[in-house]
Amino acid sequence: MTTYLIRNAQILGGAPQDLHLVDGAIAAIGTALDATADIEIDATGLIVLPGLVDLHTHLREPGREDAETVLTGTRAAAKGGFTAVHAMANTFPVADTAGVVEQVWRLGQESGYCDVQPVGAVTVGLEGKKLAELGAMHESAAGVRVFSDDGKCVDDAVMMRRALEYVKAFDGVVAQHAQEPRLTEGAQMNEGQVSGELGLGGWPAVAEEAIIARDVLLAAHVGSRLHICHVSTAGSVEIVRWAKAKGWDVTAEVTPHHLLLTDELVRSYDPVYKVNPPLRTAEDVQALRKALADGTIDAVATDHAPHPAEDKDCEWAVAAMGMVGLETALSVVQQTMVDTGLLNWEGVADRMSHRPARIGRLAGQGRPVSVGEPANLVLFDPAYRGAVNPDSFATRSRNTPYKGLDLPGRVHATFLRGTATVLAGELVEQGGLA
Amino acid sequence: MKRHLVSAADLTRDDALLVLDTAEELAQLSGRAVKKLPTLRGRTVVNLFFEDSTRTKTSFEVAEKRLSADVINFSAKGSSVSKGESLKDTALTLQAMGADAVVVRHHASGAPARLAQSDWLHGSVINAGDGTHEHPTQALLDAFTMRRHLNPGAGNDLAGRRVTIVGDILHSRVARSNVHLLTTLGAQVTFVAPPTLLPIGIENWPCEVSYDLESVLPKTDALMMLRVQRERMNAAFFPTEREYTRRYGVDGPRMSRLPEHAIVMHPGPMVRGMEITAEVADSPRCTVVEQVANGVSVRMAVLYLLLGGATLTDTPRTDSVESAK
Repeated sequence: MTTYLIRNAQILGGAPQDLHLVDGAIAAIGTALDATADIEIDATGLIVLPGLVDLHTHLREPGREDAETVLTGTRAAAKGGFTAVHAMANTFPVADTAGVVEQVWRLGQESGYCDVQPVGAVTVGLEGKKLAELGAMHESAAGVRVFSDDGKCVDDAVMMRRALEYVKAFDGVVAQHAQEPRLTEGAQMNEGQVSGELGLGGWPAVAEEAIIARDVLLAAHVGSRLHICHVSTAGSVEIVRWAKAKGWDVTAEVTPHHLLLTDELVRSYDPVYKVNPPLRTAEDVQALRKALADGTIDAVATDHAPHPAEDKDCEWAVAAMGMVGLETALSVVQQTMVDTGLLNWEGVADRMSHRPARIGRLAGQGRPVSVGEPANLVLFDPAYRGAVNPDSFATRSRNTPYKGLDLPGRVHATFLRGTATVLAGELVEQGGLA
Repeated sequence: MKRHLVSAADLTRDDALLVLDTAEELAQLSGRAVKKLPTLRGRTVVNLFFEDSTRTKTSFEVAEKRLSADVINFSAKGSSVSKGESLKDTALTLQAMGADAVVVRHHASGAPARLAQSDWLHGSVINAGDGTHEHPTQALLDAFTMRRHLNPGAGNDLAGRRVTIVGDILHSRVARSNVHLLTTLGAQVTFVAPPTLLPIGIENWPCEVSYDLESVLPKTDALMMLRVQRERMNAAFFPTEREYTRRYGVDGPRMSRLPEHAIVMHPGPMVRGMEITAEVADSPRCTVVEQVANGVSVRMAVLYLLLGGATLTDTPRTDSVESAK
């Protein structure tokens, strides 16, 4: 196995040190290490973070390989500094059986770019009618612990209660896509000043907050672990803050785009800004940043949602919802959280690696950067400035809202258990199915 | 003025007055035996209608023909659009056929804006109504009608005139375009509707809001009634049609509470017995039929100004009819 000696890297933004990677682990850390390696990297000015962990990724395989495959999605993940992603269940067929989650898990193993942890559907076909075989998915090779009907809300209160209770048997967690369906019929964007002017159907904040309020109470009642996907409103933050203050086992994630973009962008009617939950107001953005900074929101999760060009190259009403995000996540977090002074690099490591790994119960991911730990690492250049160029993306899709935008920072290298998946900003071909 | 007419908000006061004044001059034509001008001879105008519309489409078609344009009607029904063709491919097709202007009616808010911003089409895009967003030529014909009754004369605006718009504001593209244009022209707009049929954030719009029609009537110079679509009935916006009519409809006694000079308007189609009684609809104060006639003049003016080679802001008004002759 190739050994690496990384010179003068700033671990979590600290003083420059050397790291020696041998046999998939961090063999030594120190200044002016007396060691040799197959490849030596001058990491002057680069930050070392633990490999990023995404709780919320749409890899689209099986079923929508025109938008993304496990291979292309994990290549994008590696380029974004991720060493593990949770693959959402809304594929075709839906990942609601042991067979489908094992298929996705195996494709991840074969890709070699990034660990793929499949998420299982809560209900059969995401239809909210009947619990999927949660235990079977857990016992499969995929070892599923996170369950979500993401894309759809488990809106039936009894179904949600049962799911929360049932997964306790194997330390599972239900990740809720909080969207009251009746309040969001025909919803096209955040309901507010802009939707009123544009004549687009409104997606009110209360439709998210009402479900979160109900679910934290349900989780408390049955003593279960609850995770809230893509929190997008200031009101949701308040409810999560209240639930945590009560000592309930509730965690939450926020997407990079909800930390940066607002519904004012919808005035262009450009569907690249169409996403679910929708872009909210500047006040919501500020509340989300603050909540991520103080830990009320535990994690940044990309909700990477690739779509083929034709699903965005159309009128707003018929466009698909979602944005790609794996390859821009860390840059957006630098811009919104680090460069604003809200979070230091230690905090970034916590919100993008340690905590998401803990929520997903991923062994070997989200570990400290210290000797003896698995070498899941990112080298990140925070001084880089450049316009986002979708043509350089590894994802199969191009639906990014950041095209042409100057974002700070760039992933220089990513290591998955000591194997470089990215070096000098370029993917390192892993053989596999590539 | 811009190359397109997508939103009434795109029109400056000068733009709007130029359209109204040009329309006034073009309206003289309708009294002549030969109603045609050669202005748009050899220019191709496509009426691209994704939504059924008899009156708007006919109005545009008459306007285009009076300006001698080559008119192509492209309706979604029975065309490749109904077989799943995208807006983009439809637009590319029209572009390849050499459309100089596309008049578009679409059920999706923002579809004309998409066409105008894309590089799919190079011609002018004229919004003939998009979803629940805007219908700028309707607002222009409404302003034209109001000016004739309330402040006639070229160059005049609607300063200080009080316009009350009643009905389903939430879903109304007419209300949205009108609030932009009428405000630009100096009028004071009041929306009257049950709270369920007003958009969130309305308090920040440049207009007054009232839930009580009776109290607003004596302070109204133009009363515009909007249709309430029957499908709203099943969505709990209001309890029954009868209750809606009692609270928000206009009948003879309510009309009599308006100042004597006030007019009653309706963009059509009217639902007689719902928002307006036959007595009001057929009264001489009701301008519904006049609005239709004015619609042709206003749309001629818009086409003329967008396509006649003149831009609205830098063309002296006297030019308009000179070059049209």
